[in-house]
Amino acid sequence: MKSLAELQALRDKMKNNMGIRNDDEAKARIVVGMATCGIAAGARPVLAAFTDEVSKRGLNDVAVGQTGCIGICQYEPVAEVFMPGQEKVTYVKMTEEKARRVVAEHIVNGNVVTEYTIGANAK
Amino acid sequence: MMQELSLNILDIAENSVKAKASLVEITVEEDEAADLMRIIIADNGCGMTPEVVARVSDPFYTTRTTRKVGLGVPFVKMACEMTGGTFSIDSTVGEGTTLRASLGLHNIDRSPLGDIASTIASLVQCNPDIDFVYTHRTGEGEMCADTREFRAVLEGVPLSNPEVVSFIWEYIAEHLTEIKGGLI
Repeated sequence: MKSLAELQALRDKMKNNMGIRNDDEAKARIVVGMATCGIAAGARPVLAAFTDEVSKRGLNDVAVGQTGCIGICQYEPVAEVFMPGQEKVTYVKMTEEKARRVVAEHIVNGNVVTEYTIGANAK
Repeated sequence: MMQELSLNILDIAENSVKAKASLVEITVEEDEAADLMRIIIADNGCGMTPEVVARVSDPFYTTRTTRKVGLGVPFVKMACEMTGGTFSIDSTVGEGTTLRASLGLHNIDRSPLGDIASTIASLVQCNPDIDFVYTHRTGEGEMCADTREFRAVLEGVPLSNPEVVSFIWEYIAEHLTEIKGGLI
């Protein structure tokens, strides 16, 4: 069973790795809408998928966080991606699978997944 | 309507975050003798005036300006009342807010607790500067996950680190299993 001793070992490993993420120096930032509308629509597993995919790929300079309701509740779960020097990209009706694809194609390879953006989904 | 109570808890705890709390204590108790599930969310945030407390259960009340509805608290109230449970909020400006919900433990209309470990992990990840304490009691015993303890061990490694977040998820899930928590 997980114990504080195990957390201690994890801490030592991370201190040695030098790979500790510093949110202020993050290259890319992903935020998921976590207001009532987002949570009801499934934001929690989307956040977890972004975090897991970023962690699995060892992307230490990518920060994953939350935002509130940005007023487009009908498109939740919504995620926004901020990359330095680029315009913000708003992804809508997100799922775990879509989140993993956004990490691979947008964050890693630099190609916006146009079909998931609000521009491609707005009616 | 939320699919599981752990999503209601996440939503309400986000209100504590917005209220600038530095400590949010979440307690779930499965009381077989009283046939009740009790959920308490207590924060030391900015609190609310009695006038605001009286209105937060109204779905058409919100402090936001981007939309006209505020459904977080009404959802919890509905989830309680449809199982014959009770719901209350105590709040003092400058001291904090405590929400108490009780639900019929074996009532057919009670939503399952769901993935509470994910709720706490999400809260910690997104708000690494706030302390969260999760306590769960069943007839088998009690478990507690306290970020103040984790923080002391971590010596500066942020609580939002993905590996730390995974640890917290597993810590809660395993300790809950130990006391057979959240199964019903």
